[in-house]
Amino acid sequence: MTEQPFAERWAEFWSNHLTISRRGQIVTAFSGHYHRLAIRPHVFARYEDLLLAAYRHPALLAYLDQVGSIGPGSRVGLRRNAGLNENLARECLELHSVTPAAGYSQADVAALARILTGWSMGRGAESNETSGFLFRPQAHEPGPKTLLGQEFPEGEAGGEAALRMLANHPATHHALALKLARHFIGDDPPSHVVARLAVTLRDNGGDLAAAARAVIAEPLAWHPLTKVRTAQDYALGVMRGLGLDERAAPALLGILARLNQPLWSPPAPIGWADDAATWAVPEQLMRRVDWAHELASRADAGQRLPLADLVETMLGPLARAETVTAARRAGSAQEAVLLVLASPEVQRR
Amino acid sequence: MILQRRSLLLGLAGAVTLGRARLALAAGPLGERRLVVVLLRGALDGLAALQPYGDGDFRTLRGPLALPEPGQEGGLLDLGGRFGLHPGLRNLHALYARDEALMLHAVAGPWRSRSHFEAQDYMESGATRRLPDGWLNRALTHEAETPDGARRGLAVGLDIPLLLRGSVRVGSYAPPGRGHAEPHALALLAQWHAADPVLGAPFAEGLRARGFSAAVLAGQEAPPSGTQAFVSLATAAGRLLATPRGPRVAALELGGWDTHANQADRLIGPLRALDDGMAALRAALGPGWAETAILVLTEFGRTVRVNGTAGTDHGTAGVALVLGGAVRGGRVIADWPGLGPGRLQDNRDLMPTLDQRRIGKGLLGQHLGLGPAALARAFPESEDAPPLLGLLRTEA
Repeated sequence: MTEQPFAERWAEFWSNHLTISRRGQIVTAFSGHYHRLAIRPHVFARYEDLLLAAYRHPALLAYLDQVGSIGPGSRVGLRRNAGLNENLARECLELHSVTPAAGYSQADVAALARILTGWSMGRGAESNETSGFLFRPQAHEPGPKTLLGQEFPEGEAGGEAALRMLANHPATHHALALKLARHFIGDDPPSHVVARLAVTLRDNGGDLAAAARAVIAEPLAWHPLTKVRTAQDYALGVMRGLGLDERAAPALLGILARLNQPLWSPPAPIGWADDAATWAVPEQLMRRVDWAHELASRADAGQRLPLADLVETMLGPLARAETVTAARRAGSAQEAVLLVLASPEVQRR
Repeated sequence: MILQRRSLLLGLAGAVTLGRARLALAAGPLGERRLVVVLLRGALDGLAALQPYGDGDFRTLRGPLALPEPGQEGGLLDLGGRFGLHPGLRNLHALYARDEALMLHAVAGPWRSRSHFEAQDYMESGATRRLPDGWLNRALTHEAETPDGARRGLAVGLDIPLLLRGSVRVGSYAPPGRGHAEPHALALLAQWHAADPVLGAPFAEGLRARGFSAAVLAGQEAPPSGTQAFVSLATAAGRLLATPRGPRVAALELGGWDTHANQADRLIGPLRALDDGMAALRAALGPGWAETAILVLTEFGRTVRVNGTAGTDHGTAGVALVLGGAVRGGRVIADWPGLGPGRLQDNRDLMPTLDQRRIGKGLLGQHLGLGPAALARAFPESEDAPPLLGLLRTEA
């Protein structure tokens, strides 16, 4: 278990923001590599650097079908009569940067798709030896393109410039600020907090370390028990409370699947939802109780788990008196552990 | 203070029709003999399960928790004129009528802790302190393992209870389909979640969808079929014990007995689970039932008087049950201490007159054939608690 829970949560936020999902051999094979080498090293860098690192990684390029996007006027395009795949461009505008609030058009989507043609993966001297990213000029659409009223030149540099422009767009700053506030403050955060975070991003060139400091400085972010935990958040909290370490990781994978949040496998590019409407649902809550019951039934294996320690690790000062009393008076150690692990305050953070 | 104790042996031992004929089949120290220990975690109220309606002080002290006498509507199931079984224990009553159930009252371990956790540890350790292994495991050390490792003990459930932990390796089996938490724990969680504006409604809806209505959560109705984890555990245990080279010793656990409030309602579910579970175990054992003794234990009894929330608090003496085809049943064994003035332990609890360890030692000795040294290893420092004899048909 991590000694740096905030940094870990921050990294998880960005991994989910720039989601990939384990479907298909390439994405599955590169998933761990992607989170470790494309996302994590950049979560305290500028957003443009994070975005570029992700967009130059085979996992994201494969997940959003960029590899098969061919400029119709490129050499490959003319020879094979192949064409664009707009998926990455569309998700870039909709999810990873300006969002529909910015009012872009289908022409912008097509322009970005043309700008990004040639962004691919491969082996050999030409490719990036760490990530496997490869720009294929023969698939790149020739000529300059216009995106959101700005012209971008032909070539790999044009794509990099376009992504940097999008990453630093005021609409992107606002969208990121809103998403951060929803994650760290509440499902419906006050607009002044969102505005403050957006200003921080703007004034610091999209510096995510500055954004992290602003989140920490925000008093509302310290209000406990405002959010309903995602399944992954709940499972990790429970395992931390029980003092389980990385040896329990294989079991954790099964649990995440049972709790309907299988690791690195969100159902859509938008990533896992982060709100009560998604997680405070009947079957989800029942499965958490079932799992807590199962863990509690085993909690006594080997040595008695000190109940006070469990309550302290899981809940600290947020433990409700009812939970503490009921656990202390429970008819068995197993029942006591169940009542703590399945208490309503553990479902929140 | 001199206690007026009356030894009560109620109900006549029926004609022994099975015992001796089957005895010939027993081979080796364990042979075909089966021993099942059922731990009731949370402290069963012995005065609710086995009500001494013949004691003149009982109804006065128990008030609303004293059920009508046998023959009346909702009344007790009679056990021979002085004690009555809770009406939720119909199957056990039928076993009693077949001389396959022995009820022991005013039973307690030698510990005087009223902490569930401590008392359960002591009950399973077989001592007045927590040992690293359980008495049932130590009882198995006398038996040489077969080359293929068969015939060890078996824990049925997700965990191996302390009772069966120790140097002898034991198997553990949980039937497929994961059990649910006990209705009373779910009821508490539902009540807590109800206070949360976001979690309350979906939590309640989830329980309803799974068949846990308000009546089930209150213990007034049985949980939906398939959620009775204990019945499926008991069935699994019976099947495994019935197999020719299967285990011969098993441990089961059942919770939900800590009835501090609304005891009359809250007890119905657990009592039915126990009752249905024992019937399921018998059915699954088939012919093996005749060679089986089941010991049902709880960590302590509950207060004689009803508390302010229509429940009972942690007490001292309670009941133990010995069931099975090998048992010389149809009797209530109680050196009854009485409930009158000055006769209650600490002026609140049923006075213990039978050491719980004596029952375990009696079964280990007479049913499984353990000698004095092996018994002393299973229950250390128990010289003052000699094996209770006469529990089995083979002793008749």
